[in-house]
Amino acid sequence: MSTNFTWSTGSEIAQAVASDKVSALSVVDAALAVIAARNPALNAFTAVTAERARARAKAIDASPDKAKLPLAGVPFAVKNLFDIEGLATVAGSKINRAHAPAKRDAELIARMEAAGAVLVGALNMGEYAYDFTGENVHDGPSRNPHDVTRMTGGSSGGSGAAVGGGLVPIALGSDTNGSIRVPSSLCGIFGLKPTYGRLTRARTFPFVASLDHLGPFARSVRDLSVSYDVMQGTDADDAACVDRPKESTLPFLDRGLDGLRIAVAGGYFRKGASPEALGALDGVAKTLNARTIEIPEAARARAAAYVITCTEGAALHLDRLRKQANDFDPAVRDRLIAAAMVPATLVVKAQIFRRWYREQVLALFKDCDVILAPATPVTAPKLGQQNFTLDGVDMPVRANMGLYTQPISFIGLPVVAVPVALKPLPIGLQIIAAPWREDIALRVAFALEQMGAVVAPRPQL
Amino acid sequence: MSSPPLDEFIAAAAAALDLPLDPAWQASVKANLEVTLRHAATVAEFPLLDEAEPAPIFKA
Repeated sequence: MSTNFTWSTGSEIAQAVASDKVSALSVVDAALAVIAARNPALNAFTAVTAERARARAKAIDASPDKAKLPLAGVPFAVKNLFDIEGLATVAGSKINRAHAPAKRDAELIARMEAAGAVLVGALNMGEYAYDFTGENVHDGPSRNPHDVTRMTGGSSGGSGAAVGGGLVPIALGSDTNGSIRVPSSLCGIFGLKPTYGRLTRARTFPFVASLDHLGPFARSVRDLSVSYDVMQGTDADDAACVDRPKESTLPFLDRGLDGLRIAVAGGYFRKGASPEALGALDGVAKTLNARTIEIPEAARARAAAYVITCTEGAALHLDRLRKQANDFDPAVRDRLIAAAMVPATLVVKAQIFRRWYREQVLALFKDCDVILAPATPVTAPKLGQQNFTLDGVDMPVRANMGLYTQPISFIGLPVVAVPVALKPLPIGLQIIAAPWREDIALRVAFALEQMGAVVAPRPQL
Repeated sequence: MSSPPLDEFIAAAAAALDLPLDPAWQASVKANLEVTLRHAATVAEFPLLDEAEPAPIFKA
C-alpha cells in the first residue's frame, strides 16, 4: 500500500496502522522525507527527532495492542517550548539554548505517545511566545504554506506551517492570547484552545501563568477531538490543571446541530475586521442561523489581557532582562522592560476586572451554546510587514493580530478555530463555548466541516 | 502622563529595578510603556465595587 500519507488525517493513518495496512515505521519515514523536502521553504521545524521517531514507530509496529491505540503511528510535532528529552527547551529564544537538555518529555507529549502518536520534532515559534507574527529573529520566520512570502501568524508559527503544509497531521502549541488561533487562521487549519486549566502545562516553558493554555492543531476536527481526548487528565505538576474527570468529545462529534443555540458576536468583533474576515463570519453565521449578541466590554477585556500579559511576562524574564538584555529579540526586550515598570496597582485592577468580565460573559451562555467570532482581522500579512490599517487606523501587526482572540482567552473559554477556504488566502473563525464545553465547540466545528463550510485547504507546495 | 515625566519615570524605574537601559532603547521602551499605561487606564477607570475580588483566588 502507498505510504504517501502527506495529506492524510491522523485518524486515517491510525486506522491504516492499526489494521496492518501500513507500518508505523513506513509512515514515519515518509513524514521525515516530507519534512526534509518542505522544511527548507517553510522553516517550520527547529529540530527533527528522526532516530527517536523511528525507534518509537518500530515499538508500535511490534506492539500487540496497536489496534487499541487511537493515534497509532501518527507523526506529530510540538512548539519548541515543550520539553523534549535530550534537547534544550529553547522557547524561540537565543538565551535558552544554553539550558541543559530536558530530562523528561512534557506531559502532553507523553500522553500523545501513550496513545500511539510518534514525535518527529520541535517547531519554530516567536521568541518566548510574545508574538502574533510567527517571525523569529534567531531562527528566521516560519513561512505560510499558502504563500511563503507571508506570515504564519504566531506565536505557534511552526505549528501552523507544519500542519498547514502537510509535514505532520497534528501539532501541539500554546495559546496565551491567541497563539493557537491566529496561526490556525492564517495557515488555514483547525486549532483547539481548551478551557484554561483543562490540559496540563507540565514541563513546558511558560509565558503568562494566568493565561497560558496548550492545545492541538490539525487538518480535521476529528483529529483535534482525538488528540484532545487523549491529552486530558489532571496533573499535580501544573498548579492550574483542574482535578476533573476526562470528558471525551469524540463520541459526541457527529450529533449535529439540533438543539444548539448559535450566536455571533457583534460590536467590537466587527470593528476593524477586513471584508474577508466579515465575509467568512457572515457566511458561516448565516449557515448556522446565528443571532447577533454583544460581548460586553470586550475592548476593555483585551486591554486588561494586554496588561496582565506584559507584566507577568516581565516578571518571568526579569533576571534575564538584567543580565542578558542584548540576547533578546529587541522588540520583545523593549516590551518586557517597559512592562517591568508598570505599577502593580494597575495589574491588580486588571485581575479584578477579569473576574467581573467573566461573570458577564458566562451569563451570555444561558441563552446560547456557542458564540462565533473572527479569529483574525485579516488574512496573512507579508513577512516583515510592520503595520496594517484596521477600520481606518494604522496600527502594528505584531500587537494587534490578536484583537479578537484576546478577550476570549482572557477568561479561559474553550475555542475551536475553523478555517474558511477563501482564495487566495484562508481565514479562520472562532467557535467559542462555555467553560468545559469543548464537546459543543467541536461538535459545531465538525458539523460545519461535514457541510463543507469549513475545510483546511491544501496549498500548492 | 505627559512625556517628560514619563522619561524621568523610566529612568527612575530602571534604576530601582536594576534594569539596563541603553539610550538606543529609550524611545521604544517609552512607546511600549505609553501603550500599556493607556490600556491599563481604560481598565482602571472602569467602576467596580470595593468588594470585587481579583480573578486568581488563593486556596490554602
